[in-house]
Amino acid sequence: MNQVYQIARRELSGFFDSLMGYVLIIMFLGFSGFFTWIYGDDIFFIGEANLNIFFKVAYWSLFFFIPSLTMRSLTGELKGGTLELLLTKPISYWQLIMGKFTSTFVLISMALAPSIIYYISLWSIGSVDHPAIILGYIGLLLMSMSYIALGIFCSSISDSPIIALLSTLFIGIFFHQIFETVASSSLGVTGSIFSSLSMFTHFESISRGIFDLQDFIYFFSLIIFGLYASKEILVSRNLKA
Amino acid sequence: MDIVVEHLTKRYGPQKAVDNISFRVKAGEVLGFLGPNGAGKTTTMKALSCFILPDEGDVKIGGFSVREHPEEIKKHIGYLPENNPLYQDMNIIEFLEFIAKIHEIPKHLIQERLLDMVKVCGLEGEKHKLIKELSKGYQQRVGLAQALIHDPDILILDEPTTGLDPNQIVEIRKLIKRIGKEKTVILSSHILAEVEATCDRIMIINNGRVVVDGTAEEMRKQARGNEILRLGVAGGDINDIFEKVMDIESVETVDFIDFECQILEVQSYSNASSVKAIFDTCVANNYYITELTPIETKLEDIFRELTTH
Repeated sequence: MNQVYQIARRELSGFFDSLMGYVLIIMFLGFSGFFTWIYGDDIFFIGEANLNIFFKVAYWSLFFFIPSLTMRSLTGELKGGTLELLLTKPISYWQLIMGKFTSTFVLISMALAPSIIYYISLWSIGSVDHPAIILGYIGLLLMSMSYIALGIFCSSISDSPIIALLSTLFIGIFFHQIFETVASSSLGVTGSIFSSLSMFTHFESISRGIFDLQDFIYFFSLIIFGLYASKEILVSRNLKA
Repeated sequence: MDIVVEHLTKRYGPQKAVDNISFRVKAGEVLGFLGPNGAGKTTTMKALSCFILPDEGDVKIGGFSVREHPEEIKKHIGYLPENNPLYQDMNIIEFLEFIAKIHEIPKHLIQERLLDMVKVCGLEGEKHKLIKELSKGYQQRVGLAQALIHDPDILILDEPTTGLDPNQIVEIRKLIKRIGKEKTVILSSHILAEVEATCDRIMIINNGRVVVDGTAEEMRKQARGNEILRLGVAGGDINDIFEKVMDIESVETVDFIDFECQILEVQSYSNASSVKAIFDTCVANNYYITELTPIETKLEDIFRELTTH
């Protein structure tokens, strides 16, 4: 555990030293604020005391931001050779990957945290469905964790951060949108298979306030699979290298 | 801590990078791996440091096998990889602190160990700089510092002086020699002079196999057991001198090194020394010796001989 903590801490400072952390938080909050309160289908326009618009905006902005954070997570170590340094220390592959995962997740949480102000503001304006909003945030966090895991996996297969970024987006878009599109234009079994694979379905379901075990299983499967696959890729790279 | 390598084999694809290598290293020895590029030195070191698993065979350090207890072994090893990978964006102190915490050095000891490492590795003046701002020589010292910070019994250094300028090389060698007095050190190099200068024992590796294993003197003796002398004689005709020297019983061959200056190369038979006989011959014929120097077989020649086939 100490190892995971140390790696996570180092990664997190790295995000802020490189200004990546600041850029992300500012851009994310900027986007969210703009589209939630000012422009288009904003809260005042819709006139309802819920944060659905924010969750929708965040659903997409996080989809793009997360791969830009994860693209360097393992490619950096592979390219710089520091993987060799770390793995000859008392650290296991798992601890390394969990450290990376945790630091990125903490950063995303730090970006989401200030948006609590939206929640508080709404609360003071109208009658708010509290469980719905809380579950909405949980949905965002679970979705983030899934994409972080995917991002880490894609960063383990290549030395190039660009390839990591593009492959995360490419694979991600299937889960994020494509499966949903296919599901909604299909009938019967096909439709329900694609629907159950689609991130959109599960995210919507949670952020509507529905607490379904299926959704949690979906997210945790993605997370565990992504992280496990990353580990296996690293191990096999080492056996060859 | 003893190191025992048994039938270590590692393949990359169809090629055997390390081919059935076995050797032992006693605690406190300073061992040098010498070999051309691609010989298998780095692969062997990666296996010792638990970075890669051997395909066949085993490495046991302090009785622990790299296959079964790598976590235990890693606590007792300090490894400086080839190319000395470091986190360029961190500053020295931050980086060493990070490594110290990874090694689970108790909190109250960290500060002390940090300052100790800075002192031992000569980083005093640079300690607040970012690693990317340091010259290669100083980065190498940081690499050494991270390998030493947890006070391991064994130090594995892969080409520790590559890319350094002559001054930096001398500094690092001095440092390694000092460390070698208390710890077991294994270092690799393709620079013979370096291995000779810093190591008690030398292993020449070629094509994944150990070709020679011994001290520098043993190697010289083994390669050419015969005495070779550079002999300069004056006071007579060089051809006569040549004949007289050839006549000496213990002399096997005589060659001209420099006809004008009358310098010969005199090789004796195994286990024979011709020095006294030459002296006596000269006295008997009224010659005088202008030069008499033993020619040591250069390690370079031994290396060449053993590694070019």
